[in-house]
Amino acid sequence: MPDAKEKFVGRSVTRLEDRPLLLGQGRFSADVNFPHQLHMRVLRSSHANARLLSIDTSAARATPGVHAVWTAADVADIPPIDFRLSKMAGLDGYRQRVLATDRARYVGEPVAVVFADDPYLAEDAADRILLDVEELPVLLRADDEPGEFEPGRSTAAGDVRKEYGDLDAAFRNAHAVVALELGVGRHSGVPLETRGAIGRYDGAREVLELHGAAKVPHWNRDQIAGMLGLSPSRVHLYEGHVGGGFGIRGELYPEDVLVCAAALRLRRPVKWIEDRREHLIAANHSRQQLHRIRAAIDAEGRILGIDDEFFHDQGAYVRTHAATVPDLAAAMLPGPYRVPAYRAVGHIRLTNKTPGGTYRAPGRFESTFVRERLLDAIAAKTGIDCVEVRRRNLISSAEMPYARPVETLGTHVTFDSGDYQGLLDKALAAVGWPALQSEVKRRRDAGEAVGIGLAMFVEKSGLGPFDGVRVTVDTSGAVEVITGAASVGQGVETVIAQICADALGVDYQRVRVVHGQTDRIPYGMGAFASRVTVMTGEATRLAASNVRAKAIELAAELLQTQPEALGVVDGAVVRNGAAAGPSISLGEIARHLSPGSKTLGGRPPGLTAEGWFHTDHMNYPYGVHVAVVQVDRETGAVKVPRYLVAYDIGKAVNPMLVEGQIVGGVVQGLGGTLLEEFLYDDRGEPLSVNFADYLMPTLREIPAIEVVISEDAPSPLNPMGLKGAGEGGANAVGAAIAAAIDDAIGVPGAIKQLPVTPQRLRALLRRANTAS
Amino acid sequence: MTGKVDITLNINGRDHAISVEPRRTLADAIRENCGQTGTHIGCEHGICGACTVIVDGDPVRSCLMFAAQAEGVPIRTVESLASGDTLHPLQRAFMEHHGLQCGFCTPGFLMLMTAVLEREPDISDEDILDVLASNLCRCTGYQNIVKAVRAAAAEMRAT
Repeated sequence: MPDAKEKFVGRSVTRLEDRPLLLGQGRFSADVNFPHQLHMRVLRSSHANARLLSIDTSAARATPGVHAVWTAADVADIPPIDFRLSKMAGLDGYRQRVLATDRARYVGEPVAVVFADDPYLAEDAADRILLDVEELPVLLRADDEPGEFEPGRSTAAGDVRKEYGDLDAAFRNAHAVVALELGVGRHSGVPLETRGAIGRYDGAREVLELHGAAKVPHWNRDQIAGMLGLSPSRVHLYEGHVGGGFGIRGELYPEDVLVCAAALRLRRPVKWIEDRREHLIAANHSRQQLHRIRAAIDAEGRILGIDDEFFHDQGAYVRTHAATVPDLAAAMLPGPYRVPAYRAVGHIRLTNKTPGGTYRAPGRFESTFVRERLLDAIAAKTGIDCVEVRRRNLISSAEMPYARPVETLGTHVTFDSGDYQGLLDKALAAVGWPALQSEVKRRRDAGEAVGIGLAMFVEKSGLGPFDGVRVTVDTSGAVEVITGAASVGQGVETVIAQICADALGVDYQRVRVVHGQTDRIPYGMGAFASRVTVMTGEATRLAASNVRAKAIELAAELLQTQPEALGVVDGAVVRNGAAAGPSISLGEIARHLSPGSKTLGGRPPGLTAEGWFHTDHMNYPYGVHVAVVQVDRETGAVKVPRYLVAYDIGKAVNPMLVEGQIVGGVVQGLGGTLLEEFLYDDRGEPLSVNFADYLMPTLREIPAIEVVISEDAPSPLNPMGLKGAGEGGANAVGAAIAAAIDDAIGVPGAIKQLPVTPQRLRALLRRANTAS
Repeated sequence: MTGKVDITLNINGRDHAISVEPRRTLADAIRENCGQTGTHIGCEHGICGACTVIVDGDPVRSCLMFAAQAEGVPIRTVESLASGDTLHPLQRAFMEHHGLQCGFCTPGFLMLMTAVLEREPDISDEDILDVLASNLCRCTGYQNIVKAVRAAAAEMRAT
């Protein structure tokens, strides 16, 4: 008798998602079409800060094939887009309206929209709109003197504050103080599919539909309903294939609301597909922070206290994430180390640049860079080895669960489990640390600028507060799992099917997973914060277990035996321990449970059940990154021949997919560390508006990436011990590469600003040469 | 208004008689006029390679070509790769080696490598890297794409 448990969980099975995608049968936003649809084109501000004096849309309106042109006056009744997470007092006045009203605050801000029969035509017509503006001075640095957002409202929007312990005493008693100023550049997720939204009002059903949804369809449904004055049950969002999410895609943007409002008012489907230039100036940017950090340490390099002040460049408006990114940066900055006294103050500053939101490992890519630079500086200051200085400060496994007296995302930061020293040992062993050190030393002695860097971090995952799932077996034995999750390409369908398959006793290929369809399930939290495998996964396990119990209960009656004597194997109820004997397929049981069936008895009809999982806490995976770099002293180019990530996620449902998440994350992290940056000229004109200016890694820029998936510290917060895998690949890349470059050029603490572009590194090397 | 021209595009062996503006890109014509939406548009300026199709045997960025320029030459898109239920070796290798996540860039990579492997079946592993570096993927970190392509190339050579 095969063991019904863990047949699929823990195995690198191939993905259920792949076949349609490989055949060219995916349905991405641009693939959605409806008869008689209109195409929307957005006219965007070409000024970074300007008063809108007048807008002349007459020529655009007169263009044949154009059906409507809207400006702010046409959507004055639509409220600004609200916050989804991390609301903070005082931020409401900085929310973005769907079209700029009196003033445009960044290049790319939607000012008017054209609706036409054809997208080429809509674009032509948008070019005919005449804008009369009065240019205003621009504010481009978050650490500059605050300016005026609007009369009576400063660009200093508010401060995030986290503190505990006696910081003054820590600095008073310090053996030494290490102080750094560190900056992270502005970059973002930049999925390969641009955004898209198709609004459709179905007058027959009196339902408003939005196609092209992603990430958080249920939240967006409620918001759109509220903004347009509809009841939520009359609004449905549909997620098709999503060409990459990374945090930025699927948040509620002005364009989503505009296509819905237009579909309602014009009574024709309205399609909007973003072009790449628009994407790079209109979709959420992220990451840009400047930190001034100080650590008080004792003579052994132990941290007594950390005091961090940072400026968060929010861009022109506060979007759906409100204070999320600076809040996470402040809450997660102390990382895996004991920090007895701590204070972080993050200033949220508005600037005349594209508004910001989250990007994979939001706030942590930034704060890991800052913290690990600090640890390296402590090592340099005390002369202690960079690994040893970390060991001395790491929280030990005996201290788990470890409550850090700060909160973020409405939860207490309590590290649920972890063996940080153990994972550090694993990473050093896997990379061959001593041999690598001597090899690098030998090569450096021979004149090469080669170096090693190491960084550690704690991630967070599995954000609640709930997830619900319905599992149903139909009369053919096929299984449908209806979730409130979303898929952004990360393999949700496969992972959820694996969990369902084991809990129910079927092949995972028999399981079809529904996500992102608000008309199939009324509640859903979506896909963010590495939450789906943990939250939806556990809800799936519960629902599938309930279905299994229901199947066994009925089968016991049919077979005239006790339920305890039965199990479900390969889609059929069988006697435990019996090599052969009677079995009843799940499809047959579903027929017995049909409404009207004589065997149904008093049971609720259908072989179906729900499962709900609630949690008040996140859980905390953790990792180690090791990078090897080669610096070309002539050109300032950085090559990364080797990269290792060790990541403990408690339990890997599908190791192949976990590895895929980590490797993909590392490469995105490399982009933000070495290449990617949204630059502006001094008038606020964006300079990175295409893929020739905004450089993302190609195959030629990536190292050989080794991944060690560790399962030493299962989460005690869910029965399978799951933690999320989505963000640990990106988290520490900036930190590890910076340390490796320092090492390669022999200048401790040299790297203070990401990305380390060739220009920056050359300038730095020149300065170092002059100094020596 | 720009006038339209009547052209016939031969896509995957089938003729599509369409009427398009001269400025219409091949990518848009393949997708919107001929209904073959497996070809994806990622940047519209010839860098990402998501829209790669095979035009007269060459891998081409269909966003950089006008539809009218493709008249009279055979065009192949991702929809042509599988025969019935049987996946092309490249498609199968992408699945087995987890060479795709969101799948948006995948058709471009498949068509790029299909053209190159047909022309140069004995391409070296190093040259495969050069070819693959011409397209962008934002999810996978490329590592598994390389594994998949090398595996498929070996399999295609063996058969």
